[in-house]
Amino acid sequence: MVEYSWPAKDKATAIGTRVKRLDGPEKATGKAKYSYDINLKNQLIAKGLGCPHAHAKITSIDVAPALKVPGVVHAEPLKKSGDEIEWQGELLAVVAAESPAAAAEGVKAIKVEYVQLPVFVEEDNLVAASAVVEPVPTPRPPNLISGRAWKGGGKTLTVKEPGDNDDEATFGDKEIERLLKESAYVVEATYGIDTITHCCLEPHGSTVEWSGGKLTAHLSTQNVSQTAGQFATPLSITADDVTVHCDYIGGGFGSKFQADYWGVAAARIAKATGRPVKFMLDRDQELKLGGSRPSAYITVRLGADKDGVVQVWDSSHWGSAGASNPGGVSEGQIPYVFTPPNYRRLQTNLKTNHAQARAWRAPNHPQACAITQTAYDDLAAKMGADSLEIFKKNLGTDAKSGSRGAKPSVYLAEMEIGAKLIGWKEHWHPHGKGPAKGSVVEGLGLALHTWGGGGNNSTCSVKIHPDGGVETFCGTQDLGTGTRTVIALVLAECFGLPYDAIKVNIGSSKYPTAGASGGSTTVGGVSAAHRRAGQEAFAKIAELVGKKLEVEPATLEAVKGRVQVAGNPAKSVSWKEACTLIGMTPLEVPGANRNSERTNLTSIQVGGVQFAHVAVDKETGVIKLKKFVAVQDMGLIISPQQAESQIYGAVIMGIAYSLFEQRISDPKTGAILNAELKDYKLARLGDVGEIVVSLYEPESERSRGVIGLGEPPVISPGAAISNAVANALGVRVPTLPMTPQRVLAAIKAKV
Amino acid sequence: MAQLTTSPQKATRPPSGFSRRDFLRGSGAVAAATAVHQQATAIAQEVKAAAVPISGEQSIDLDVNGKPVKVKAEPRTTLLDVLRLQLDLTGAKPICTDGSSGGATVLVDGKPMQANMMLAMQAVGKKIQTVESLVGDAVPNAFVACDAQQCGFCTPGFVVAVRAFLNQKPKATEEEIRAGLNGNLCRCGTYANIIHAALMVVKGGTNG
Repeated sequence: MVEYSWPAKDKATAIGTRVKRLDGPEKATGKAKYSYDINLKNQLIAKGLGCPHAHAKITSIDVAPALKVPGVVHAEPLKKSGDEIEWQGELLAVVAAESPAAAAEGVKAIKVEYVQLPVFVEEDNLVAASAVVEPVPTPRPPNLISGRAWKGGGKTLTVKEPGDNDDEATFGDKEIERLLKESAYVVEATYGIDTITHCCLEPHGSTVEWSGGKLTAHLSTQNVSQTAGQFATPLSITADDVTVHCDYIGGGFGSKFQADYWGVAAARIAKATGRPVKFMLDRDQELKLGGSRPSAYITVRLGADKDGVVQVWDSSHWGSAGASNPGGVSEGQIPYVFTPPNYRRLQTNLKTNHAQARAWRAPNHPQACAITQTAYDDLAAKMGADSLEIFKKNLGTDAKSGSRGAKPSVYLAEMEIGAKLIGWKEHWHPHGKGPAKGSVVEGLGLALHTWGGGGNNSTCSVKIHPDGGVETFCGTQDLGTGTRTVIALVLAECFGLPYDAIKVNIGSSKYPTAGASGGSTTVGGVSAAHRRAGQEAFAKIAELVGKKLEVEPATLEAVKGRVQVAGNPAKSVSWKEACTLIGMTPLEVPGANRNSERTNLTSIQVGGVQFAHVAVDKETGVIKLKKFVAVQDMGLIISPQQAESQIYGAVIMGIAYSLFEQRISDPKTGAILNAELKDYKLARLGDVGEIVVSLYEPESERSRGVIGLGEPPVISPGAAISNAVANALGVRVPTLPMTPQRVLAAIKAKV
Repeated sequence: MAQLTTSPQKATRPPSGFSRRDFLRGSGAVAAATAVHQQATAIAQEVKAAAVPISGEQSIDLDVNGKPVKVKAEPRTTLLDVLRLQLDLTGAKPICTDGSSGGATVLVDGKPMQANMMLAMQAVGKKIQTVESLVGDAVPNAFVACDAQQCGFCTPGFVVAVRAFLNQKPKATEEEIRAGLNGNLCRCGTYANIIHAALMVVKGGTNG
């Protein structure tokens, strides 16, 4: 019986070392083939016609004119007369042609007639949403409040319980009022964060082909193992006749778990025409349909005692996740990380004429952090106190926690590290009281976050060949997080081999099933599965080598290409020689991880703290990031270089949604006004300042095993940067992104 | 080239029965016959000389990564589509429609250009270099060494852009790098490591 465990930090030879990512050279020289890049012989290029209106009923649709366009081979409607379309960009028809240009011309030739219907897209406007007058579906949905406003849940919790003479229905509300009245400090404010899109640089789509009755879909997906059935069912075949393949994916961020109806359309057209089909969304379609993160706007009243510890929280927030299914940021995350003893929180979801949101890195968390940890910073500002001290006080202690997620001691230790790296003591000043250089003022801010991230359900098959070759098969995917490299390091550790000697086969639905890459679950899942398989495989080899060397197999270890008695290289065989003992047939060992099991290999719940140092020009409203510090716990770190890269990336994504990024819709027509990349502003190389990443891996956290990293570091930047700007200006810029216009408006409102 | 792009607003129909709109669409409208079947360079020269419109699919010669190649192009066919769909050089990516992403950056006579913003016929007579030609170059090597990539979809465009930038400024400072490489977008957020990579090349790292 093999006891599964990770090696101690000082014993590990592969795990925890800095290595180049395995697929780096392919990516850097253009050899890596993404779904968009797969060129199949005789392929057709498909393009979709997006609905120009945000809300309309189709009265007629005619694709015949498209068929007259030279080069067009196939055209079919995806919608029919009478269908109601509830967001701009929804695909109405698709054209397949010999070239992209012919397909585009074919799309233009399609004739559609519509009746336009009233539009509502003002997701920041609760009053307007509630006042919308339109037909109500029958039966009336139970959660519909009025207009476009839907109940999203809520909870009131007070320490004091109603007495015999209290009215239970109103007790909580009265208690919240009493507590606020008795608070030493009260902050009343509004905050917000606009919708952003996933904006994957490789749009959603696939290149597909049939061979006999079998479909191969080169799908841009973060869910290789579980999308075959999504193709099969609508095509009236079974999932065993579908192979989903994805070696490389050009960004997913939570938006690419599905085959999507355009993927199925590609397969249908390939079948109808007998030719392979490439169907990738156009850029504007990607921004309209490919996924978005719900907005969130909040009104808050917060009451603290004389020490700045929040005793009561009262908030109402709203926002939109689109038209299909009214949703928004979960009230369960309000306020974020901090858990005040008394609270009332109310969530309202607005239904707007936008495509439904998709999971965006750390669903709910970045928005919840941005709209609540800003209030804690405003408390510090109101008290004239140091924000870092106020955050510390509200965290509590491990014995008496005032927070959730990681232990307070983890956040507190990370705060110490981060404060040193950002120079908190040297640079911090009371809000709005720093020195000005001309019109430029500087400020510091912080925020903290947590995420679950337990390893997903993953299986693998590790094969050791009699000639010493090692390979693994696993139906996972590498989103650019370094999954290939992580798997190679885990097996390299098990067998004492260089990591680049391990052949990692991933990205096919025909390999052993692995979970989708979502929720920071991949690294835990694949590393635990491979550690188990690797340890099992080595135990079998050790048994053979033990016999040959006449030693106890348990005394053997794999080091530097040899299998040796621990600490005694003289008593050893080379890895190659050891593998010859396997016999003629390769040794094949399965490995698995189950998400529901908590083991020492993978665990849950990390903590992270981030600090921002900004400079703000009060005349232009332009904010510049001077320095950003991210301190992150992730349990045991397999591949530090890739972990660091992922944190850099998360911070940069955070800078984008803090300063630049927003989906802008015309309130009258619902048209998205910035669905091209020159208008949809992302951070560029010159915008990011100095970023410092600190990997927090003390034995207390490392011993918990591997925990995922995709979500956590993208959560805090919004609040950290907003707090730094508030510290600089002495004025809160309430809504993200903090565009120059909003900065100037906030300054003006204060005067 | 100017004749191919001037005055699109004045798309009035000349006496020959050819409209500029038809020409741009390449939809088979009758073109002035003289240029139609000639080779690419000749076409380009003729067009320059007489503003003779061309239409439909032509065979043209390009110089890609130091090799002469014969491809088919309509007037509307982009260089990017030719590279990706006919030559299977898929390093340059179709990320944007407006040139703002830098995803399709290639070198044209040594200058960084967006292959999706350039017609294939404009590339006739020019030396095209794609990221695929940079195997072994210090820039992609530095990208690997510094882990300046995540999903990797923007990486080829960035590699070419950094190569072009450092050809111009081989001794670039960090400040110049931060100021000079803003034509390319990355969504995963690899900028920090791209800065490291560019600096590594400036310092002479990863050569050979």
